[in-house]
Amino acid sequence: MNKNISIENLTRGIIKENPTLVMLLGMCPTLGVSTSAENGLGMGLATLFVLILSNFGISVLKNLIPEGVRIPCYIIVIASFVTVIEMLMAAWFPALYKSLGIYIPLIVVNCIILGRAEAFASKNNAFQSVLDAIGMGIGFTLSLTVLGSIREILGAGSFFGISLFGEEAKTILLFIMPPGAFLALSFMIIMFNKIRGVK
Amino acid sequence: MSYLSIFIAAIFVNNIVLSQFLGICPFLGVSKKTSTALGMGLAVMFVMTLSSIVTYLIYHNFIIKYGLEFMTTVVFILVIASLVQIVEIILRKVSPALYQALGIFLPLITTNCAVLGIALLTVQKNMGLTQSIAYSLANAMGFTLAIVLFAGMRERLAKSKLPQALQGTPIALITAGLLSMAFMGFSGVGN
Amino acid sequence: MKKQQDKKDSLIKMTLALTLITVVSALILGYTYEITKKPIAEAENRAELAAIEAVIGTDYDNNPYQDKMLIPTKHGKEKLELYPARKNGKITSFAMKTFSNQGFGGKIELIVGFNINGRILNYQILSSKETPGLGSKISENKFKSQFKGFVARTSSFKVTKDGGDIDGVTAATISSRAVIDAINRAYGAYKKLNRGENKNEQKH
Repeated sequence: MNKNISIENLTRGIIKENPTLVMLLGMCPTLGVSTSAENGLGMGLATLFVLILSNFGISVLKNLIPEGVRIPCYIIVIASFVTVIEMLMAAWFPALYKSLGIYIPLIVVNCIILGRAEAFASKNNAFQSVLDAIGMGIGFTLSLTVLGSIREILGAGSFFGISLFGEEAKTILLFIMPPGAFLALSFMIIMFNKIRGVK
Repeated sequence: MSYLSIFIAAIFVNNIVLSQFLGICPFLGVSKKTSTALGMGLAVMFVMTLSSIVTYLIYHNFIIKYGLEFMTTVVFILVIASLVQIVEIILRKVSPALYQALGIFLPLITTNCAVLGIALLTVQKNMGLTQSIAYSLANAMGFTLAIVLFAGMRERLAKSKLPQALQGTPIALITAGLLSMAFMGFSGVGN
Repeated sequence: MKKQQDKKDSLIKMTLALTLITVVSALILGYTYEITKKPIAEAENRAELAAIEAVIGTDYDNNPYQDKMLIPTKHGKEKLELYPARKNGKITSFAMKTFSNQGFGGKIELIVGFNINGRILNYQILSSKETPGLGSKISENKFKSQFKGFVARTSSFKVTKDGGDIDGVTAATISSRAVIDAINRAYGAYKKLNRGENKNEQKH
């Protein structure tokens, strides 16, 4: 029984309540950094780490935080973890840090994180909250990586920076430009709904 | 850079929503009707300009002075959150009419990444006070323009028959994509 | 009465909780800042050196990035970074970080290398918002290789459309002009610096 709940909490974020494709949260980084598979993966992992840390932190602190200042406290906790991740990335992944740019500090206002803090971590124990964070984080990372791959393959003719069709190949440039982000995500949601079996 | 070119660049060429992807959540969420979209746009304009002034002053008189650059994100988001609360309280007391029009949008603005994003960008780009005010006002105007246009298109779409697979979010995203494509026509303007 | 007491209590509790969390957060961030300060500086140093190397090679024995100086542009409004490469104490070539606001998508930032006679060695785009596939070709070798050996701010250092000798990127004349504009800005600043130094020497 208990084990079932754990598995349910872990897997919920990947398909059934996928934060990007079903709940439509965290749209800014999704559209903004998905110009390549690598950026999508990097952003997804950064968000995954922040999500695990903040879900853990908040579920541990939940009994110490008074109801009235709940949201400001959550925001401080999240913003601190984001800044920690930001500094670690600047130190050890400078190239990725540079290409994600302003979107790293903006993880703070990614609705997925505050949303999970409020909806899950503030009501469940630390272990379950971490499971939930991992599931949601993986769901987010997968969507971003797939979206980044689609845009990179169609728009730049490469995958994780490896050229697929040779130097002179004509690619559909639109897909690495801003409009391509909206269009690619739209088609991805349609496909995902079909696969999930939603009408 | 002249102020005119700041405005042209921010509103048309590098529109905050359609080419920089900041503030997408309210852009998709509060854009079913033109009137609410306009309300949201005005509320964002108000808060964004105000917050850029306050964050500028705090950054230059406090954060830099005490070498606390690593606290920037934490301080900025707290400032914005409290600012939104204060604006809400003052507005309710001073101008109930305006509060009724903008009130419901205010709590949503705290998590609007455009506000935090612009505050951080003005600091990163090392802008002066007047320049940051112009920059954030221009970007907020770009946001308002984009969301009002988008809402207008969605109002029309609501009346037309769509294939089932496209209904809801997919068609909204395609519409946004087309709008973004239209704005790409502005690139190079101002040279 | 009791209700008021409760309210007061909770207000104190709220303030206490907020303050406590902020203090703990500041401590954690301060600590992380301390341990990442050195690696971040090193990563920055490495990235800057790699960019400098790409435009002036490695034939020097100093660290041009650490020896950087800020020099004003021709009009004196902005300042550009200049990285001198020295061998046995003498400047052999130098790299400069410069920019142009005339790109198709706004600001273009690049680093350009000159030899000691002011001839262009190479340049590298650091950041730009040019159209992918068109204007973005200013960072490709086919376009870049034309710049080698040119002296900036001469009549032939223009795109062919403007009567010069640089073949602009097809369908991206604005981006091509912006690169030339950026390099001219750097060269102008360098010339100004040289003149200034000469004047100073004459005074002595």
